[in-house]
Amino acid sequence: MAKTVEGLYYSESHEWVKVEGNVAVIGITDFAQHAMGDLSYVDMPEVDDELEAGEEFGAVESVKAASDLFCPVSGTVVEINEALEDAPELLNEDAFANWIMKVEMSDPSELEGLMDAATYEAMCANE
Amino acid sequence: MEENLLKTCLYDKHVALGALMSPFGGFIMPIQYTNITDEHNAVRHQAGMFDVSHMGEIFVSGPDAEEFVNHVFSNNIAGMEDGKILYGMMLYPNGTTVDDLLVYKEFVPDHYLLVVNASNIAKDYEWLCAQAEGYDVKVDNQSDVWGQIALQGPEAEKYAVETLGLAPAAELGFYTYYRTDDMIVSRTGYTGEDGFEIYASHEVINNMWDTLLAAGVVPCGLGCRDTLRFEAGLPLYGHELSDEITPLEAGLGMFAKIKDKAEFIGRDALVAQKEAGVTRKSVGIELQDKAIPRAGYPVEVNGVQVGVVTTGYRSISTDRSVCVAMVDKAYTELGTQVEIRIRKKVFPGVVTKRRFYETNYKNR
Repeated sequence: MAKTVEGLYYSESHEWVKVEGNVAVIGITDFAQHAMGDLSYVDMPEVDDELEAGEEFGAVESVKAASDLFCPVSGTVVEINEALEDAPELLNEDAFANWIMKVEMSDPSELEGLMDAATYEAMCANE
Repeated sequence: MEENLLKTCLYDKHVALGALMSPFGGFIMPIQYTNITDEHNAVRHQAGMFDVSHMGEIFVSGPDAEEFVNHVFSNNIAGMEDGKILYGMMLYPNGTTVDDLLVYKEFVPDHYLLVVNASNIAKDYEWLCAQAEGYDVKVDNQSDVWGQIALQGPEAEKYAVETLGLAPAAELGFYTYYRTDDMIVSRTGYTGEDGFEIYASHEVINNMWDTLLAAGVVPCGLGCRDTLRFEAGLPLYGHELSDEITPLEAGLGMFAKIKDKAEFIGRDALVAQKEAGVTRKSVGIELQDKAIPRAGYPVEVNGVQVGVVTTGYRSISTDRSVCVAMVDKAYTELGTQVEIRIRKKVFPGVVTKRRFYETNYKNR
């Protein structure tokens, strides 16, 4: 069983969200990195990109495949994790310690549509 | 898991090794045992083994065998010596590709072995039978009874001779083979490295797999088989070749002997295409960025699509983002600047050769 972290929000497309005030820190889950295998590239958005909830914002890529990333909440990208540009394997090493982007939320109520850790784990168990 | 997928004779070995299994060409096949990068590097630097029992073995024999094979095959088998192997294609009358395959000249007169892609076995067999009308030949699909291991890498010869006891393997030149009553050993492969493809009964193949595994040969899945063949510039049917692509467009004209041979299926279409000039051609493209081009992504110039990626990777052996793409003829010169659309962005690239890695074949 892939690990989860309590207190985060989870999307059906395997992103996690950590809320810091009005900013959503977003990454991929341990389940997602494990399913992808060794990652060789992270395609990230640019700062100031405006994203809608559910919109594709990039991808994580292993040798054999690309997996699209979807933004769990609407808002504006305020920071990307540039360390991933040269070291995508950080997501394999610890998917929760290494975020991908930070988004200033335009509608924090969208968080209510996401899952808690227990619900997300139950969903993964059925995949 | 889909129920109608076929299992090779080594299926239980893959499951026992904990391989990630996935459908390929109608079979349930191992994609990787550990990870693609490690398996890829094992073949480049030591030795790896692949279960390629899914490949098809179709035997053609009879008084008209040479004439018939030359009728359906794009390369020229006239006067082919016993123990030699030729690569080429079977073509439709319009010049597009039924399949790419190896033809083995057997050690008895008028006998040939055709080794075809797993996904095309049924189609190829039907095609051959349909074309065989009027020829005194027997077309015998023995794909179900032969297993096959590809033993590949710079240490392949050592393992073939010392571990498997196949002493004659050391004397084989590239694209030649020897056989015993129940085994075929050829110096061929699909990785760009030296190596052997060994055909035998299911039982013999199972024993060989165990012996090689115990000796330290790395089991390798189809994941790295694709990264290896791609780097070596080798086509994969369904990507670089298909029933919509001719060998001339694929840059494989050297295997379609329109000068040497007066007749083969598809020849007239190729002659016409050569005279008119191809309108598109398969090329390599290298990106400056780390973004990875994948099959199906558009190739663009000034925002207009001029081609499509057929295979692409972050090359494991060269650490470059590279792809093979089918591109409008105007943009196929080496050094041409193009762009590849990857999701929402376009990335600049330059047209290169289709081979990204210098191959290490054994020539004797």
